[in-house]
Amino acid sequence: MYPKDYRYTEDHEWIKVEGNIGTVGITDYAQKQLGDIVYVELPEVDDEFEKGEEVATVESVKAASPVMIPVSGKVVEINEDLEDSPELVNQDPHGKGWFFKVELSDPSELDDLMTAEQYEEYIKSEGE
Amino acid sequence: MKKTPLYEEHIKLGAKMVEFAGFSMPVQYKGVIEEHLTVRTKVGIFDVSHMGEFRLKGNQAFDFVQYLTCNDVSKLSQKQVQYSAFTTERGTVVDDLLVYKVADDEYLLVVNAANIEKDFKHLEKFVDRFDVDLINESDITAQMAIQGPFAEKTMEKLFGEIVKGIKFYWFDYVEYKGEKCLLSRTGYTGEDGFEIYCRPELASSMWNDILDAGKEYEIEPCGLGARDTLRLEARMNLYGNDMDETTTVLEAGLGWICKLDKGDFLGRDALLKQKEEGLKKKLYGFEMVDRGIPRHGYPVFKDGKEIGVVTSGSFAPYLKKNIGLAYLPVELAKAGNEIEIGIRKKMAKAITVKTPFYKREKK
Repeated sequence: MYPKDYRYTEDHEWIKVEGNIGTVGITDYAQKQLGDIVYVELPEVDDEFEKGEEVATVESVKAASPVMIPVSGKVVEINEDLEDSPELVNQDPHGKGWFFKVELSDPSELDDLMTAEQYEEYIKSEGE
Repeated sequence: MKKTPLYEEHIKLGAKMVEFAGFSMPVQYKGVIEEHLTVRTKVGIFDVSHMGEFRLKGNQAFDFVQYLTCNDVSKLSQKQVQYSAFTTERGTVVDDLLVYKVADDEYLLVVNAANIEKDFKHLEKFVDRFDVDLINESDITAQMAIQGPFAEKTMEKLFGEIVKGIKFYWFDYVEYKGEKCLLSRTGYTGEDGFEIYCRPELASSMWNDILDAGKEYEIEPCGLGARDTLRLEARMNLYGNDMDETTTVLEAGLGWICKLDKGDFLGRDALLKQKEEGLKKKLYGFEMVDRGIPRHGYPVFKDGKEIGVVTSGSFAPYLKKNIGLAYLPVELAKAGNEIEIGIRKKMAKAITVKTPFYKREKK
């Protein structure tokens, strides 16, 4: 379910790193909790964020929820498909439903994130 | 947390449960959008057993309801239903409710779950002045809403010919397992539909019998999430969001249930005065032009100046637009005005529109 080569946060974001670039999205657990996603507000390319800062907003029918950035860095690309098809986040949260790509400013921050196994344990303890 | 008599059914159906007004309630089963569309195009069933029911009996039951609500109860015939509001002395809204005329000396009042205790205390303050008994039947009443274009066919299969004869905002009695149950053609979705009241002991089997009867029309159970988006598309106010004890019935856009010429009632003087002096703000609808979803509490701007606040807002699943209601200065509370909604750090353009946002086609 949760790809082994991704890293995960306690706020239910994932990041997949290739070279110096990380692709970020929200987890399958998060999209299930939110229900039908109808809008995603993304950052702009070149925006810079510190790890843990609010970087995007994901809106279900019921409510708006903040998305935190898992690592510090500069946004280099956003998923423009989400503009017209926010439901991709429900349909394929770990793939086509990615949010943005970030150029990592401190790759060592990845060490603080959870592995797939740790994340699966974590969501069990959250009561699912 | 309280459970409705249908709690076990929701769990069996895999509903996502949330706390609402002290009850554990289903917010969704399969998904809010799917459930919303089911009600607009087929038929859905909602557990609304959390709602409150008060029965009034006595020689002055009419006078009591006429004094404490702002609509004109004298217009009601036996077996007719009326949308109304309890008003404070200041003309603000204690709660909105349905008034059922059971008999000349008996009325059933259906109130919001979150306000059961508050409403009861409010009514109790006046009960001694009238020859009337006030009984809180909320805990011994289950309620379900069956809503959508195939609601009539579904209910007819279960209860027979009598269903077709019930007109919009009227009720009758149907028999279920040898017991008399009240069935009204009412709802909170903007579709044709019914609400049925029964003893809690009957609720589970009735729920399942309705689901069976509606199977051929592809009935689905629907949760509070869809109930909220459906009522917003149909521009029905939600107490606590769109109106409360700080807003008058007139400001909330409920002038149509406010019968100032019916004789004395609590709040009438204040409302007459407000009508004479003119309103300063009014609840009005808007539609987003820019991207973004308006939400309860977001500020509203005109030419950079903050002028109001969003009370309800959502993606509207049937209209596929982002819509909302907001208190606006009265001069802006008409269709075609450009406003801006403060959505987090951005200003997003919106335009005021006439409501209801959605109106079903009459057969």
